Amino acid sequence: MIVRISGEDQYRLADEDSAELNELDIAVISACEGGDEKGYADAFAALLDFVRSHGERVPDDELAGSDLILPPPDLSFDEAQVAFSGDGLIPD
Amino acid sequence: MAGLTGRMSTVVKAKVSKLLDRAEDPAETLDYSYQKQVEQLQNVKKGIADVVTAKKRLQMQEKSLQQSVVKLDTQARQALSAGNEDLARTALERKNVAQTELQGLDGQVSELESQQQKLTDSEQKLRAKIEAFRTKKEVIKAQYSAAEAQVRISEAATGVGEQMADVGLAMQRAVDKTENMKARADAVSELEQAGTFDDITALGSGEDDIDRQLKQLSSQPAVDDDLAKLKSELGKGGAAPAPQIAASGGAGEAGRTDESGQA
Repeated sequence: MIVRISGEDQYRLADEDSAELNELDIAVISACEGGDEKGYADAFAALLDFVRSHGERVPDDELAGSDLILPPPDLSFDEAQVAFSGDGLIPD
Repeated sequence: MAGLTGRMSTVVKAKVSKLLDRAEDPAETLDYSYQKQVEQLQNVKKGIADVVTAKKRLQMQEKSLQQSVVKLDTQARQALSAGNEDLARTALERKNVAQTELQGLDGQVSELESQQQKLTDSEQKLRAKIEAFRTKKEVIKAQYSAAEAQVRISEAATGVGEQMADVGLAMQRAVDKTENMKARADAVSELEQAGTFDDITALGSGEDDIDRQLKQLSSQPAVDDDLAKLKSELGKGGAAPAPQIAASGGAGEAGRTDESGQA
């Protein structure tokens, strides 16, 4: 599974990581929905850190489409309200 | 339903397939696609140049504001030496505003700097992908049948298209930020133009709109402190500057009775 962090890089993650990824994403969404700005910042950072630490960076000259595209790390809380909605990153 | 990620991938894929649909012959598709990529890389470069221009503009503004601060400080001293405390106060108020604006500009310049860095990184990645695409397209042309080629083209084009979309997003964010800064920079320019007195005698007791705005903007206690400091430096207005701080709460209001006195 390839995950892109916008404005950063693509990372190759193991398929088993998708469950935890989805959990982390749900945490971001619920923080957004609850209007919890601090909670959002922490949850979003945790999500990105997970991708960076568990994933292997895809080389710049490799041409692969991503399975998931995450918003840029400097996404503001207001922008996040729009970006994160619905059931999460991974469709059921 | 997915959140943003689902939507973003869909947009990217739609864009890529639209591009690929234009030509029916795989070889033609590949060349056309590559040509488009190179064109878009040029746009990215232009976008980066715009950010650099905006940054330079802010830096120039910073410089002239710094000069204003020095000038206003000098003018405040001159005014106080000449016994014109009101004028000295106005000059200090303006200095205060200029200093506040300077701090804001500082943050904006470093913000733009990081935007520029991000865009440059993005551009390099895009260039690497386009280069990889160029190599791959020749391989596809040489090795695959038309049907197989179609699949491989789609894969390769998605890889580039996604990077392109990513740069596009970064660029859009940079543009939004510079637009905000431009508006603010223009406002600062106006303030700054009105902020120094070309002729120190030109400012009478009549206050204009800008003066009133400046008074609202500047923090009164800071100006009181500055004035007290200046007084003690110049050896005027009594000995100890210390009680000034304690009195500053009411002093700002007390000095306002002249405000309605307009010609």
